[in-house]
Amino acid sequence: MSRVSVPCHVKGTVALQVGDVRTSHGRPGVLVIDVSFPSIAPFQLQEIMFKNYYTAFLSIRVRQHTSMHTPAKWVTCLRNYCLMPDPHSEEGAQEYVSLFKHQMLCDMAKVLELRLILRQPSPLWLSFTVEELQIYQQGPKSPSMTFPKWLSHPVPCEQPVPLLEGLPDPSRVSSEVQQMWALTEMIRASHTSARIGRFDVDGCYDLNLLSYT
Amino acid sequence: MLQEESDLSLIIAQIVQKLKGSSLYGQLERQAWASLQRPEIKLESLKEDIKEFFKISGWEKKLQNAVYSELSVFPLPSHPAAPPEHLKEPLVYMRKAQGSWEKRILKSLNSMCTELSIPLARKRPVGEQKELLNKWNEMGTDEPDLSLFRPVYAPKDFLEVLINLRNPNYENGDSLSFRTHLGLIQVPLKVKDIPELLTFSELFENEHVRIGQKVLAEQDSAAAQQYIRQGSPTALRAELWALILNISSQPEDILYYEQLKTNVIQHDLLVDSLIYKDVKLTASNDDYYFVFEDYLYQVLLCFSRDTSVLDHFAYNSASPPKSYIRGKLGLEEYAVFYPPNGVIPFHGFSMYVAPLCFLYHEPSKLYQIFREMYVRFFFRLHSISSHPSGIVSLCLLFETLLQTYLPQLFYHLREIGAQPLRISFKWMVRAFSGYLATDQLLLLWDRILGYNSLEILAVLAAAVFAFRAVNLMEVTSLAAAEAVLADLSTLKVMPLLQIFLFATVT
Repeated sequence: MSRVSVPCHVKGTVALQVGDVRTSHGRPGVLVIDVSFPSIAPFQLQEIMFKNYYTAFLSIRVRQHTSMHTPAKWVTCLRNYCLMPDPHSEEGAQEYVSLFKHQMLCDMAKVLELRLILRQPSPLWLSFTVEELQIYQQGPKSPSMTFPKWLSHPVPCEQPVPLLEGLPDPSRVSSEVQQMWALTEMIRASHTSARIGRFDVDGCYDLNLLSYT
Repeated sequence: MLQEESDLSLIIAQIVQKLKGSSLYGQLERQAWASLQRPEIKLESLKEDIKEFFKISGWEKKLQNAVYSELSVFPLPSHPAAPPEHLKEPLVYMRKAQGSWEKRILKSLNSMCTELSIPLARKRPVGEQKELLNKWNEMGTDEPDLSLFRPVYAPKDFLEVLINLRNPNYENGDSLSFRTHLGLIQVPLKVKDIPELLTFSELFENEHVRIGQKVLAEQDSAAAQQYIRQGSPTALRAELWALILNISSQPEDILYYEQLKTNVIQHDLLVDSLIYKDVKLTASNDDYYFVFEDYLYQVLLCFSRDTSVLDHFAYNSASPPKSYIRGKLGLEEYAVFYPPNGVIPFHGFSMYVAPLCFLYHEPSKLYQIFREMYVRFFFRLHSISSHPSGIVSLCLLFETLLQTYLPQLFYHLREIGAQPLRISFKWMVRAFSGYLATDQLLLLWDRILGYNSLEILAVLAAAVFAFRAVNLMEVTSLAAAEAVLADLSTLKVMPLLQIFLFATVT
């Protein structure tokens, strides 16, 4: 389905740590990233996409627009989503991830702000984050067109013409022709990715030294 | 739900695209055309009638086998935003390491070229072409001067690169932690533990031969792969492997091989000398394989010219070396790959082909089987990647199994300067070819095909150490440890695996 990228402003990552950051020896295991959407009206969120970098678990909180009287509250829409099945090993560490609205715990109809809470419990990694964050809202539905009246409101069928002797049934012929046409269109549209097999250029394979790119 | 559906349609689209270029597609088309003559095919239900015809005549099964084959080989499509290099290898530092390693190989080949003043490729004069064609079936009798050539690299050079592999985001400090790995591989890839590896030790029961014949009669790839997990009867092995790898020698395949042979006759490549040297140094000296020397040239020289092998680089972390036609440096229309198949052979490469000579005697079939084995399995043994069947994971799996289940042995060997991986690496890189007796090797390769994984190589390597643990505990040097493990030709693969997986653990 169509989707439209929503320009977002990603605020700097904040590490959550107990005690004084300067004196404690351990590395933070929880990071918070705030994502706001300045100059965009509250929108319906379709998809969140990013490239993982050693984050093990992801939670997301959302603040949505509500009616005038109730103030906007933070609600958890994704809880402890696992990005790395084993936080100590590389599996899933650098994967591209998409999260869709149907995976969220709440309706994402009028998003104002997002808060990504990243967790990496393993002390083995020097840093972790998510990169290339992109937020998408639902794209516009196909524009409605106005059809000429005779197309959208066909005239009711007239009395069918009596079958002429010896000729095939016209509706049968038309369905067969339609099928053949559909098959030929499919064949015409298809193309193969097969290689030709030549390794030379016009019969010549006289090479320079190998290139380092 | 939406995500699964779109994943599935993406996989289907990719497989359809791939199959459209295959000879099966042409055959199906011809069959469909021919079937129009048949009375049961009616125009108004054309599609359904032809589908029914395919099912009855066995063509649907052939298509199923082809789809199954694609699914086994191609990795699942990754995220749509993932660039092609991510499909080759998702971890950036591994891609970089593979790139550096490749650059070293290219430099080595280039310097060999300039030092010896031999061109990378040369069109043979007509006289030379005729001569080669005449001796095609006995190239082994040739004694070219190969003294100046040296292999581009040997497994031990590659091991040094793997030992130095580091993840820049990983705690690589000296202080001991709960995850300190005492082996040579220092990257934290996920490897299986024994409970997940127990299936490798399944043995066949009484009805096995009869079931095998039935599987062959059905011509079902998936069933054959399942069947061969318990090993294959010798008589059925060649056919079973061909079925699993989806190789059927069609006239166009034989023609394709003949075309490759023509390419060998017309152009002489520098890598040909490397192949000759490798065969002379390894297979020709082997008691089991020296008789197949001529076959090896016929397969490997053609392999170097086969551009269809380039397709596998989509899922291989390695990339084919590139060059330009002389005088056209930098012009993309004159860019070519070298060698044409993009694979530079290393010391021991011919041992991937040698065991197959026991099963297949017709050169084009032998060729097809080897090529398929290479693009499915063997390429993983000499490129740097994070894949569970990649050599890095196999090394880590081997070391982890040893460290976990034979800690005393591991520690002892480490103390005397005999890191176990230094001895077992060469076994795994060659998939044990040239180390085990051939009948045992083929039983091992049965399992590689059956489980579609190379992990069994690491488990067997650990099992060998476990088997000779008593002797190894008494040695006091690396050389002595090598001596204890020098001769594996008497070992029986399956009992060894069973002892290790069931007895050592408990």
